[in-house]
Amino acid sequence: MAQGAVLGTQQYNYAVIRKFSVMALVWGLLGMAAGLYAALELAYPLLNMGIPEITFGRLRPVHTTLVIFGFGGSALFATSYYVVQRTCQARLYSDSLATFTFWGWQSAVALGAISYMLGYTQAKEYAEFEWPIDLLITVVWVAYFWVYVQTLKRRSQPHIYVANWFYLAFILATAILHIFNNISVPVGMFTLKSYSMYSGVQDAMTQWWYGHNAVGFFLTAAFLGMMYYFVPKQAGRPVYSYRLSIIHFWALSFLYMWVGAHHLHWTALPDWTSTLAATFSIMLLLPSWGGMINGIMTLSGAWNKLRTDPIMLFLITALSFYGMSTFEGPLMSLKSVNALSHYTDWTIGHVHSGALGWVAMISFGSFYHMIPRLYDTKLYSTRLVYVHFYLATIGIVLYITAMWVAGIGQGLLLRAFDDFGSLAYTFIETVSFLHKPYVVRALGGGFFVSGVLVMAYNIFMTIRQASREEAAIEAKLAAKLARA
Amino acid sequence: MIEMLQWLGRLENSKIVALLIFFVTFCGILFYVFTGKQRKQRLESYKYIPFADEDDAESDETRKVDKR
Repeated sequence: MAQGAVLGTQQYNYAVIRKFSVMALVWGLLGMAAGLYAALELAYPLLNMGIPEITFGRLRPVHTTLVIFGFGGSALFATSYYVVQRTCQARLYSDSLATFTFWGWQSAVALGAISYMLGYTQAKEYAEFEWPIDLLITVVWVAYFWVYVQTLKRRSQPHIYVANWFYLAFILATAILHIFNNISVPVGMFTLKSYSMYSGVQDAMTQWWYGHNAVGFFLTAAFLGMMYYFVPKQAGRPVYSYRLSIIHFWALSFLYMWVGAHHLHWTALPDWTSTLAATFSIMLLLPSWGGMINGIMTLSGAWNKLRTDPIMLFLITALSFYGMSTFEGPLMSLKSVNALSHYTDWTIGHVHSGALGWVAMISFGSFYHMIPRLYDTKLYSTRLVYVHFYLATIGIVLYITAMWVAGIGQGLLLRAFDDFGSLAYTFIETVSFLHKPYVVRALGGGFFVSGVLVMAYNIFMTIRQASREEAAIEAKLAAKLARA
Repeated sequence: MIEMLQWLGRLENSKIVALLIFFVTFCGILFYVFTGKQRKQRLESYKYIPFADEDDAESDETRKVDKR
């Protein structure tokens, strides 16, 4: 053991983690419900109902912001604050600054969602926040970085555990990405309108440097930090190879920054930039699969846990989806494959196999492990965890297969030619082809949202059970004191 | 010095230099991580850090879950 000393009396700041965990679930439910409604709007456009605030164009960024920044962001704040305290055996630096990060982050997410519904957006994908909200996020992020680094400095362990490396890379990279992609000139002090510093192909290049690295560092590296702590803890055995985790970290960090341009194949971007991005995307397969194997092999010799532990099922299934989507990503980054897949729903399916299969599943597993410990109780119902797992898995499978059918079919229809070299199908034919897959996708989304509802109920009952237990102990103590 | 900076400032040179720096650094990390018996033992010992906190003084089975 690296450091045998067990600090039994060490007190941790769990209050802020509890708040972030609850809000992650609230945003998760709202964001996924918005996504489900948006999916239904695509299948049944009547559901737009002529109300501008809920039309697909406005609801879509509400969905992505609430699930990525609301659910994913809050889950990362919660787990990173938990992991840094538990692996450093040190209390979180500054309760007030940590609480500020909570209120600041929640305000930014809420303001973002409301502003999109009202029609205010920068129109940059995953960076739609208008400039005042961007400034708020920057301040919150600096506070987050400061809390994290100061907590690391207080550690009782001589070594910083690898999960913290991933979280720190995520914090640093997100800061750089957020600042550089959002540099803009406001039209005036009292208007939300601003113009980006970049224009034309440079703007597109910066946006997708941001966009893909948001996937790489926000949705991948940070959740790998989660994986490197919660998989070993839930399995009750250390990670398969610590040295592999070091290589995983550095290879991922070196390679990710180069691949954003694969989102812009067959555009005005220089050809060499496209080729460079595709090459690095293929190389990225190695660290991604190295990390996946490291996580899954942690269970080596204890596979029976998958039969008895539904939380382990969540974690290992998440890793399997991580492996699958990190294989599909490099495949789609090849220019020839991209010529078919780009501008089709295959991309949407790929994103969701990562977002639902990897990000959401690893978060659910980690929450099921962490929340009972935050409240010093046990989970209300293990059976409901199984119900959630099957609802989520069926939902994801329905979603991604529907999007494969939609995307590959759409791609083939769009580039089919007749004997005279004319397009074989009209555009509207390619749209009407999508109806059935869209209905199946919405059905998959419905399964997934139902699973989250089950989880929210289970967590709510767990928290209620904890407060009842606490009240019972207090009553017992009071009775004892009265007798004495 | 200025000449060297100008040479580095040209995209066709800086790209290769950056590639070499990153590649050599990565090879250095690989070499560092996978050589040396004592280093191997030390690095692998870090994987037990998550189990060094108070929660692991009690296993999941023995963790007190019902305070009533």
